[in-house]
Amino acid sequence: MLRTDCGTRAGLLARFNALQRIATLKTAVPAMSGHHRTLVYYRDLILVLLAKEFKVRYKSTFMGYAWSLMHPLVLALIFFTLFTVIGRFQVHAYALYLIAGLFPWQWIANTATTANFYFLGNSSLIKKVRFHRATLVLAGVLNESVHFIISIPVIVGFMLYYGHTPRVDWLWMLPALVSVQLAITFGLGLLIATCNLFFRDLERLVTLTVHLLFYVTPIIYPADHVPPEYGWIFIADPFASIVLCWQGLFYHGAVSPFYLGVAMCWAVVWVAIGLTAYAKSVWRFAEIV
Amino acid sequence: MSNDMAIRFDRVTKTYFVDSPVAGGFKNLVLHLPSQIAAMRRRRPFCALSDVSFEIATGECVSVIGPNGAGKSTTLGLIAGVLRPSSGTIETVGRVCPLLELGAGFHSELNGRENIVLNGVLLGLTREEVAERVDEIIAFSELGEFIDAPLRTYSTGMTSRLGFSVAVHLSPKILLVDEALAVGDEAFRQKCIRRMEHFREQGTTMVFVSHEMESVARISDRVALIVAGKLVDMGEPSRVIESYRSQVRAA
Ligand SMILES: Nc1ncnc2c1ncn2[C@@H]1O[C@H](COP(=O)(O)OP(=O)(O)OP(=O)(O)O)[C@@H](O)[C@H]1O
Ligand SMILES: [Mg+2]
Repeated sequence: MLRTDCGTRAGLLARFNALQRIATLKTAVPAMSGHHRTLVYYRDLILVLLAKEFKVRYKSTFMGYAWSLMHPLVLALIFFTLFTVIGRFQVHAYALYLIAGLFPWQWIANTATTANFYFLGNSSLIKKVRFHRATLVLAGVLNESVHFIISIPVIVGFMLYYGHTPRVDWLWMLPALVSVQLAITFGLGLLIATCNLFFRDLERLVTLTVHLLFYVTPIIYPADHVPPEYGWIFIADPFASIVLCWQGLFYHGAVSPFYLGVAMCWAVVWVAIGLTAYAKSVWRFAEIV
Repeated sequence: MSNDMAIRFDRVTKTYFVDSPVAGGFKNLVLHLPSQIAAMRRRRPFCALSDVSFEIATGECVSVIGPNGAGKSTTLGLIAGVLRPSSGTIETVGRVCPLLELGAGFHSELNGRENIVLNGVLLGLTREEVAERVDEIIAFSELGEFIDAPLRTYSTGMTSRLGFSVAVHLSPKILLVDEALAVGDEAFRQKCIRRMEHFREQGTTMVFVSHEMESVARISDRVALIVAGKLVDMGEPSRVIESYRSQVRAA
């Protein structure tokens, strides 16, 4: 067990480093124009912060990447056993249904809990250097998205087991959904990371809220089991729409344009809230962190 | 700002809110809302720097001295742009390369090499530009094989060696050094001072905070004395140092 884990970890890191090297080779432009240099600079800044997240996480966490797969899988196993034994839900391919919702949810839940430390955990950087602090959040959120993307093969494995196959519309739907969820988590992360600097005990409240929303969002029960008069909940719940889209992609075979629209609106709302909170207080970060 | 000015402070005041009520946390704020709001109204700003004006010319090396808590680090933070003045204006020219606080700007879980890249990029270089300098930086730091060990295993002096090495290799227009040399050993300190003298010859503007009057006297063109948030004196090194010493003796 231990050996496989180390193998995965070392392999991942090596691949990541190789990717970085390729990126370096490609950009070895001798003389850069001012505008181009700015672009290269921001890409480098985000890559370096992302690499830092990656290295810090995998050097200090014993099980490393395996954890990020195991958490949703164990949850799926629990709910699957629970509800098929009780037999209340007559859901076709229930295990796939659970997986289709749990992995995207994990991305959201992880962002919400780790976001508390996006700024707080980088106090030494914030106190010393003047740079766009929002890049810390972007790097953290991208890190979570990488976790999600490398877990897609597991989801596809479940799909194949139940006789579903990936479709052509994945070519544009997958990037679209990843982008929308990136925007949602970026705004959310920015808000939480900022607020946690001012209210240091926000972490518990966030954990509790995430827990509550987990049950409000149709992840362990199918959305169509909910009476129609409660349908508004899936619009009001800021994360239900995007989760419904993912389930559409992985489970139902089609993404509902309505919920995709709702998810896009939530993305705009989250980014707006996050950026507003950030922009209003960023100048104080170095004194309160 | 005229061409040969590198840094200008115009009537700069910096206040901190020390007893921020939200420091008690969100739960506290909600549970004791009325009293917390009253506390927010009552909170008093602490004036860390009041009405400070000065100009530093390009290529000048200015040392800032004064007792603990006088506002020296606050001044450097303002120059670096990580702090915002409460009133007054600050102007700087060119890339400011701050070396504030020991070990700040590094991550303890990353090794020396990775920290060089992280720090260099945060200070405004692209990865390619950092890569061009990385060998020089490692050589200057004299950390040898420790460069591949995680930073948490470094001694205080080793961390400051790395920090100083990175900062001086980024070809900054303005170099800020806040007591970063205090923990280096004698040999490294001499090397740093020589490096700073070299910088001075090359026309880099430097602001140097130190409690070590020997180094201050050796490298500065002018010395600023800050006491309790006020710029008390600024001028010829030996004169200002002597006036600070006599104040300390008198107290
Ligand atoms: N983030 C902060 N929040 C509240 N007060 C602060 C903060 N930073 C500094 N202060 C206060 O401002 C004053 C000046 O602090 P500063 O760090 O500039 O002192 P200093 O001159 O660098 O002292 P030292 O020689 O000990 O380094 C101190 O009284 C300190 O308590
Ligand atoms: Mg200080």
